[in-house]
Amino acid sequence: MLAYCAKRTIVALLVALTVSIISFALLHLSGDLAQSLAGPSATATDVAQVRKAYGLDRPIVVQYADWIARAMRGDFGESFFLKVPVGELIADRLPVTLTLGICALAFALALSLPLGVAAAVRPNSWLDRLALGLSVLGQALPSFWFALILIIVFGLKLRWLPVSGSGTWQHFVLPAIALGYYATPAFMRLTRAGMLEVLASDYIRTARAKGLRTMSVLFKHALRNAIIPVVAVAAVQFGFMLGGSIVIESVFSLYGVGYLGWEAISRADFPVVQAIVLVLACIYVLLTLLADMLNAVLDPRIRVR
Amino acid sequence: MVTDFAKTGAMTGAVIIALGAALTAMPAIAGKKNDTLNIAWDQPLDIADAYFNTSREGILAARMIWDQLIERDPDTFEYKAGLATAWRWIDDLTLELDLRQGVTFHNGQPFEADDVVYTFNFVVDPANKVLNMTNVGWMKSTEKIDPYKVRIHLKEPFPAALEYLAGPTPIYPHKYYAQVGPQGMARKPIGTGPYAVESLEPGKSVVFVKNANYWEGSARGKPRIGRVVERFIPEKTTQIATLLSGDLDLMWYVPPDQVESLKAVPGLTVSAGETMRVGYIYFDAAGRSSDSPLKDVRVRRAIAHAIDRQQFTRTFFGSEARVLAAPCFPTQFGCYQEGARYDFNLTKAKALMGEAGYPNGFETELFAFRPRQWDDALAGYMRAIGVRARISMLQYPAFRDKNHAGVTPISFGDWGSYSINDASAILGNFFRGSADDFSGDKELAEWVKEGDTSTDKEKRLAAYRKAISRVMEQMYMLPTNSYSIFYAYTSDLNFKSFKDEIPRYYLYSWK
Repeated sequence: MLAYCAKRTIVALLVALTVSIISFALLHLSGDLAQSLAGPSATATDVAQVRKAYGLDRPIVVQYADWIARAMRGDFGESFFLKVPVGELIADRLPVTLTLGICALAFALALSLPLGVAAAVRPNSWLDRLALGLSVLGQALPSFWFALILIIVFGLKLRWLPVSGSGTWQHFVLPAIALGYYATPAFMRLTRAGMLEVLASDYIRTARAKGLRTMSVLFKHALRNAIIPVVAVAAVQFGFMLGGSIVIESVFSLYGVGYLGWEAISRADFPVVQAIVLVLACIYVLLTLLADMLNAVLDPRIRVR
Repeated sequence: MVTDFAKTGAMTGAVIIALGAALTAMPAIAGKKNDTLNIAWDQPLDIADAYFNTSREGILAARMIWDQLIERDPDTFEYKAGLATAWRWIDDLTLELDLRQGVTFHNGQPFEADDVVYTFNFVVDPANKVLNMTNVGWMKSTEKIDPYKVRIHLKEPFPAALEYLAGPTPIYPHKYYAQVGPQGMARKPIGTGPYAVESLEPGKSVVFVKNANYWEGSARGKPRIGRVVERFIPEKTTQIATLLSGDLDLMWYVPPDQVESLKAVPGLTVSAGETMRVGYIYFDAAGRSSDSPLKDVRVRRAIAHAIDRQQFTRTFFGSEARVLAAPCFPTQFGCYQEGARYDFNLTKAKALMGEAGYPNGFETELFAFRPRQWDDALAGYMRAIGVRARISMLQYPAFRDKNHAGVTPISFGDWGSYSINDASAILGNFFRGSADDFSGDKELAEWVKEGDTSTDKEKRLAAYRKAISRVMEQMYMLPTNSYSIFYAYTSDLNFKSFKDEIPRYYLYSWK
């Protein structure tokens, strides 16, 4: 088990490093940062001055080496536009993104688990078809479009919830639904498949024969085993939600890391973009690593592959 | 089993419905009721220090927080007293200003000559890395003559000096700025302006509160609205939704296709205002990108005749915008209007193409950064005479990169001149031999330089007249139209738009 964890950890670190190199290179290829800093009305002289002042005239390899060395010490530099340490910016915005991610995950699980169970209990019924239909819809709907529909219905027509900002818990309801809905199909299908397999097993037959209540059979005995793969996938989906929050945060004007990333990308605020890519990549890699380890703990066969 | 499940499901559903019913919306933040104007900006106010901010939003914030030495009337463009009560040219390189007494900064510090001296000497020092040296680089140094008199020494004659002193050159409190520097000023801005900053969350929002002690006699008058809350909402649809929900009182740059829908909403007003922003199509006459047909003036004139600028302007910019006769805005000093004209005439255009040896047209590339539909329209006009332009739509920084690299045969852009009402702010950028110059015309560059640097008003006008006539006659750059902006706001607001693209929140009031 220890060897397995060590191997996965090394791979995770290599992935994070590769992501940092690729994102750094792509960012520098995407445009002249000095131009963005100097602004639309800057002359060529202004731009050259800015380029020199911010060290952007150094070779790209030197710039990367400098950046990664500082990043390893937790120093991501300063935002070119906000003039605030990038670490501080991310620390300020991360709670919003994490809150959104957790709420979205909770919504996705709250919707998909009962649906998955119901679909498994009545396979090929109207309920099963409905669940599968919702699952297909979830995968087909663009999240930004769904978000706008939610705004129109719940924000403007019904006036139940606010449409933008992050001041109160109500501000997170619509964004959590918009973000979480996308993950629902995966959870629902896994739950359904797992439940179908488990419900056919001998110990469930025994539990029913012993006269246990249906809800106890379903949720205390069957779901506990069927949900194992869902837990592992949830860790990975959480990572997707954190990275995919950029669209939802922009639509709902939630000041999270995704939103910060969007601003930074549009203005070529390289230090912020680089740091966000690295931080989110590390979180995702960590979640994937945890999911792998969890799977290994739960299913010993994985460790020896 | 199914019955148990159904019962559980029904209970869960009831809870969800009850929860849903309990989720009432936040009461709409009615602006007039609590004397708070809620506005949305498309870009965040990243750094409040005006000398380290190149965005339009930075300009808007600067006008709220600080005053300039000279105030420019937003309607007539006349210069009025600001923090300076009088000024005079001692010689071509020395401007003397008398300063206003009895003004205090938001932190109680009195305004005096040391503030002007420190601010200007700080920003002209290259070591301090201000982002746009064009705004201040014409100053060499500033000298204190007495507590209420200063002299600004110029590097070379710069006739637009007063225009810049009335624009992007706010005055900072010297003791405070010396203590906290740009970083401190970015987090807690202090000025003499009509509004102070109550709170500032970089990249998120700014809350401005009325300066109750704003000095008497300001050309801006006294601020009327108690608080102005600015939020950064990048998505236009979200801004519109927030406006409709009542949490926003004013937005600008309303997409033209949303205007009619918003006009129909009770309680909202939509208005349009022309701005100084100039749209242009710039041809690579110098052949920087390649030895292309665009080097031939007949080809450039043909394209100019092929574009129906009236239709283009009316369709995409509404009735407030106008077709331009010169590559500058008509109110800008020196913007000569009587150069060569290019009416929409396909027959003439095709004849010119034939004369130039391209009766069947040619392939080229159009670079742009504005909405795709505008670019498609222009490419469509060109296609009618055989000029098949492949559209390369880029983000603005990438667009400017390409321009500076000289690889854009045709570029479609616009220029706001930093709201400077002087032709030097646009002609000087595009026709003085810089990386933005695609004319390759040295004589033109000399005329523009003469206009930019002469202090004799008549000489300047003559130089710009020659320059603009040359640009239009050679069709280096086709001015398309002025840009107009649509604003949408609560009908409770007395709102007015201005040509320099600077909404003046301190002039607004409730009905």
